[in-house]
Amino acid sequence: MSYILNPEVIIDQVINGLTIGGIYALIALGYTLVYGILFMINFAHGEIFMFGSFGGFAALTYFVNSGFSDSHPGLSIIIAFLVAMIISSVLGALLERIAYRPLRNAPRLAPLISAIGASIFLQNVMMLIIKARMQVYPDIIQEQFIEIGWVNISYFQIFIILGSVLLMVVLYLFIQKTKTGKAMRAVAEDREAASLMGIDVNRIILTTFIIGSALAAAAGVMVGIYYTQINHMMGFIPGIKAFTAAVLGGIGNVPGAMLGGFFLGLAEAFGVLIMPAEYKDVIAFGLLVLVLIFRPSGILGEVVSERS
Amino acid sequence: MQNHRKIKYFFSKFRFPPTAFYIALFLFLILLPPFLGNYWTQVLGDIGIYVMLGIGLNVVVGFAGLLDLGYVAFYAIGAYGYGLLASPHFGIHIPFWLMLPACVALSAGGGALLGIPVLRMRGDYLAIVTLGFGEIIRIVLNNMDTVTNGPRGLLRIDPPAIGDFVVNSPFRWYYLILVGILLSTFVADRLNNSRIGRAWIAMREDQDAAAVMGINILKYKLLAFAIGASFAGIGGAIFAARQGSIFPENFSLMVSINVLCLIIIGGMGSIPGVILGSVILIGLPEVLRVAQQYRMLAFGGLLVIMMIFRPTGFIPSARRKMEFKE
Repeated sequence: MSYILNPEVIIDQVINGLTIGGIYALIALGYTLVYGILFMINFAHGEIFMFGSFGGFAALTYFVNSGFSDSHPGLSIIIAFLVAMIISSVLGALLERIAYRPLRNAPRLAPLISAIGASIFLQNVMMLIIKARMQVYPDIIQEQFIEIGWVNISYFQIFIILGSVLLMVVLYLFIQKTKTGKAMRAVAEDREAASLMGIDVNRIILTTFIIGSALAAAAGVMVGIYYTQINHMMGFIPGIKAFTAAVLGGIGNVPGAMLGGFFLGLAEAFGVLIMPAEYKDVIAFGLLVLVLIFRPSGILGEVVSERS
Repeated sequence: MQNHRKIKYFFSKFRFPPTAFYIALFLFLILLPPFLGNYWTQVLGDIGIYVMLGIGLNVVVGFAGLLDLGYVAFYAIGAYGYGLLASPHFGIHIPFWLMLPACVALSAGGGALLGIPVLRMRGDYLAIVTLGFGEIIRIVLNNMDTVTNGPRGLLRIDPPAIGDFVVNSPFRWYYLILVGILLSTFVADRLNNSRIGRAWIAMREDQDAAAVMGINILKYKLLAFAIGASFAGIGGAIFAARQGSIFPENFSLMVSINVLCLIIIGGMGSIPGVILGSVILIGLPEVLRVAQQYRMLAFGGLLVIMMIFRPTGFIPSARRKMEFKE
C-alpha cells in the first residue's frame, strides 16, 4: 500500500490517466454526437478511429521516405493529422450515407446491425490492405522526458493531453457559437421542428458524422505516436471503452463525454495500482455498472430528449 | 365441384404450411447427415448450437425487448460449468446428463444476477452494461489461472454417454443437438403463447402501460434474463462436451454479436426466423470459405445490405409484422 501512496507514483498515474483519458474522450465525442442526434450506437466508430490511425501512418511513412520529415518534423506531423482527419471524415460521411441513412425509419435494431456489419467490413478492408501485419509508426521525433519537480513527463504525453483538450475546446466553441453548431443542437433537440425551421437535417447529420470522425482520427494518430504499434483490430477495445466513457458522462452530452473519457482514463490508471493489470478492462466495465446503478443517466446526465 | 370443395376443406383443416411443412423438414433433417459427410454434418452441428443460443437470446431480445449484448457470458458459464466438473482438470467426472440441469441452473442464476443491477436501465445502457458483463466473464476466465487454467483452457472434457453409447462422432452429435433444438423450440413456443410470453410482449411494447395493467415489470424482466440465459447454459454444456476442450477465447464478444445478428436477420421474435438466421449466419461463412480471405469482408457487407433492403429480417413474427404495418 505504501507504494500506492507515494506522491510520485500518484502524479505519474494522473498523467498516464489524463493521456489515455484524452484519447478516450476524443473517441467518445463521436459516439455522443451521433447518439444525441440519431439515438443509435455507431458501432463502426472504432473502425473510423482505426482508419484515421492508418491514414496518419501512411502520411508519416511517406514523409520519412521522402526525407521531408527530417527538415520539417513539426509540419509533417500536422499534415499527418490533417490527412488522417480527412480520410476518416470521408469514411464517416460514406458510412452515414450508405449504411445508416437508408435505415433512418427502420426498426430500432436495424441500424445497430448495419453498424456491426460495417465494422466487420472495414476491419477486413484494412486487414487486406496491410496483409494482417502489425505496423510500426515511424518515430519522427524522439520520445523525450522533461522533469518538473520530481515528475517525469514525456513530450508525447503533454502533446496528447494538450492536443485533446484543444480539440475539445474547439468543438465546444463550434457547437455553442457557430450557426452550424446551433443547428446541430436544434436537430438533436427535435428533428422535425428543426426541419420546419429551415434546417437541412440531412446536411447536419452528415456534418455530425464528419466532425465525430475527424476527432476519432486525431485520437488514432495520437495512439499511433504514443503506442507506436497499430493493426486492423486496434479500433475494437478503444471503441468499446470510449462508448463506455460516453455513457459514463451521460450519453448525448458533449461535456459529459469529455469528463467521462478523463474519468475512465484516470480510473484505469489507478485501478492497475490496486489490481493486476490483466483486470484493467474489468475496471472500466465494473465502474460503468456502478455508476449506472447509482446515477442511471450518467455523471452529468443525458441530454437526450425523451421522444422515442 | 363437390369434390373440389372437399379437397379444399381437407387442406383447410390440414393447415398445410405449419404442421406438414415441419414434419417434412424434420424427416429431411433426420435423413440428411449420411448424404453430407463428416465435414458438413459438423457444420450443421455448429449451426444447431447457434440455433439454441438464438432461441434463448430471442426470449430476451425478441419477446421481452431487452437488448442484451453480453449473452456469451451465459454460454461461457454453461460451458465452464460442465468443463470444470467433467474433465481431468479437477479429476471430477459428473455425467453429462446430471450436469445439464446444473448448467441450466448456473446460467439462469447468472442471468438473474446480471438482471438485478440492470433492471432499471433503459435500452442502450442495458446494451453496453450487458456487453461489459460478457467481457468481464471472459477476462475473469482468462485470468483465474488456478480455477479455470487461464488461456490454456480446459482439455479432455468428457463426452456424454448413454450406457456404453458414447456421443463422440459428428453424426451422433448431430442427432443429440437436433433433439436439443426440438425441445428448446417447444419450450420457447409454449412460453411465447403463455401468460408469461404475453406479459413480455406487453412490457416490450409499452412498459408503463404494462405496469398499469398489473404486470410486475421487475419480475418479468428477471424471468426473461434467467430463462434466456438457461438456453445458453445448455448450449454451453453441449459446446464444451462436443469440442472436448474450451478456451476463454471461444467466448468473445463476437459470439454475442453473431447470435444477435442471426436473430435480427431471421426476423425478431420468430422461431423459424432464428433457425433460418443461424443457417445463413453460421453456414454462410462456411460456404464463403471458398473466397478465403474475402469471406468476412463479404459477410460484413451483406449484413449492411440485408438491413437496408429487409430490416425486419426474413421471417418476422406475425405479431411484429402487424406492428411494422402501422
